[in-house]
Amino acid sequence: MELRELATLPGVAGNEKEVRDAIMKELATMGVQFETDVLGNVVARKGNTGPKVLVDAHMDEVGLMIVYIEKNGFLRFAAVGVPASVLLSKRVYIGKDKVPGVIGAKAIHLQQPKERETVIPVDQIFIDTGAKSKEEAEKKVKVGDYAVFDTEYEELSPGVVKSKALDDRVGCMLLFEVLKEEWEGIRLHAVFATQEEIGTRGARISSYRVGPDMGIALEGTICADIPLADKDSYATRLGGGAVVSVMDRSSIPNRSMVDQLVKLARDNSIPFQFREATSGGNDAGAIQAARAGCPVASLSVPCRYIHTPFAVMSQNDFDAAKALLIAFLKSVEGGFRP
Amino acid sequence: MKDLVRKVTEAFGPSGAEDAVREVIRKEVQPYVDEIRVDALGNLIAHKKGNGGKKVILDGHMDEIGLMVTRIDDDGFLRFGTIGGVNPFTSLAQRVYFGNGTVGVIGSERVDEPKDLKMEKLFIDIGAKDRKEAEAKVRVGDSCAFLQPFVDMGDRIVAKAMDDRVACAAIIETLKGLTTNHDIYAVFATQEEVGLRGARAAAFGIEPDVGIALDVTPTGDTPKGRSANVSLGKGAAIKVMDRSIICHPALKNYMVKIAEEKGIKHQLEVLEMGGTDAGAIQMTRAGIPAGVISIPCRYVHSPCEMVDMNDYENCVKLTKALCESPLTF
Repeated sequence: MELRELATLPGVAGNEKEVRDAIMKELATMGVQFETDVLGNVVARKGNTGPKVLVDAHMDEVGLMIVYIEKNGFLRFAAVGVPASVLLSKRVYIGKDKVPGVIGAKAIHLQQPKERETVIPVDQIFIDTGAKSKEEAEKKVKVGDYAVFDTEYEELSPGVVKSKALDDRVGCMLLFEVLKEEWEGIRLHAVFATQEEIGTRGARISSYRVGPDMGIALEGTICADIPLADKDSYATRLGGGAVVSVMDRSSIPNRSMVDQLVKLARDNSIPFQFREATSGGNDAGAIQAARAGCPVASLSVPCRYIHTPFAVMSQNDFDAAKALLIAFLKSVEGGFRP
Repeated sequence: MKDLVRKVTEAFGPSGAEDAVREVIRKEVQPYVDEIRVDALGNLIAHKKGNGGKKVILDGHMDEIGLMVTRIDDDGFLRFGTIGGVNPFTSLAQRVYFGNGTVGVIGSERVDEPKDLKMEKLFIDIGAKDRKEAEAKVRVGDSCAFLQPFVDMGDRIVAKAMDDRVACAAIIETLKGLTTNHDIYAVFATQEEVGLRGARAAAFGIEPDVGIALDVTPTGDTPKGRSANVSLGKGAAIKVMDRSIICHPALKNYMVKIAEEKGIKHQLEVLEMGGTDAGAIQMTRAGIPAGVISIPCRYVHSPCEMVDMNDYENCVKLTKALCESPLTF
């Protein structure tokens, strides 16, 4: 499976079906054993002996949900993980039938001076599908339908990719890379999780079911190495290598796992960087809290502009994260324990 | 008694880095229990075997607030994230120390107004002249604690990490010479300050019948301070509720009853902010009756936390009396 295909599929939190179906199809083709659970997580397994190692990436992405259809056919929506400041003048498509729509903004001529300078809140903007009435809109859209950004996957520069949903389809791609390998001496549980963006809900259930001995969350993470930003607020750098977390709002990764990742990166000359920020959270928190607890770590690929209609990532960082993840899992096969 | 409090408050152990304090506590508690284990999240679980009684958790968290290095800049200054509730006003110009003994001072970027003093304006200076020298002493991901000596003021004592080492000491004190039919699991929990994380895992693993957390609670007895019922020196505080828990009413009433029967000085506590491990214990599995005995403490979450030894002794007495009671409520 290619990142292009996986990242282009719609999968706003709570509506991961198309992504899940594609993942299950790919797993079946690969001949990998898997199961699903009541929250829609997919858990693929490899290896029959040794510690249970749960490696998690989430399938869901940020996006919109239709909450109300106006008399004149305009759609009101709730935003899932996207700030209002990036919504105006974007193209979206809605629901199973991929109904096209645009998020309209008043033309500059009609805006009051104050309106030009302030962010218009989500409850004052709308999606226009061209429908002239509620009745016409209801023929193609229902309340509760999800909308995703209509963003083309493109290679902006050699090895630098722009796409929607890199957070966290890039993690899902890392899971596939791990599942291509043969594993003995660990019981690998690769979890494609749902509903991370609305509170790590899928991972909570999948980790409870698996009851792992250790866990790793794979992410597309914040990266702000952009003009005018202070170096102190970059968090990560594009092209700076695999990202190792030391703390965020959901977990403090296990120190010996962090040390092991750093050692393996250095020993194998794999480019890596620390995540120089503590904001945000991910599935590692949910994995750590499952049952009587387990040590966790978090490994990421830097993605500029996440939680907007598109993000930008580097293939080199992906390759580094892949190499470091596989080296880590091999070291667990070789006897490493947190 | 003061010596035990001194020893445990002086140990190093911000959330997620509790190794050093765990060893100090292990050594102190070992003589009074039958077995000791450390679980996957680093909780130290000391078990005193009972004889047909209830399974009781006595929880005190061993982690303390602190700072974690997130970035080392070219000039050798350290930027950091906060571990637990740390505010810029109590941090500025403090000294901090790392697990390996490295000491730093907290400085600030220029701010024109005191209200502009935000955590992200602060940095740690470990006296390094450049990045290379800093990296030889400290790594991203290393955490540090405030550096303040234990001071004996008489009845009252002041130290860093009184939250919640004073409770760890009280639990150890309780176990000394305790005779009970109950199975007592003393849980010295990790990562309370970042979201009651250790206690949740420990409670799941132990599956107790009753959970009692011991923690410090802020007081309302300082000049123009917040309005709170609790005062230093007025006895063990029996918690009614905080943001994490409404204490099991029957257990809370039982605590009051036992305190009255035994003539143990106590006061009731309602905390409109903050939470305790009891909140995590209560929500474990299908739910566990949980309550809290609080040790009144001034200046909580500052490097200078003050408690009164009389309150401490009353908390020990009450905890002991509860463990020796049938715990039928």
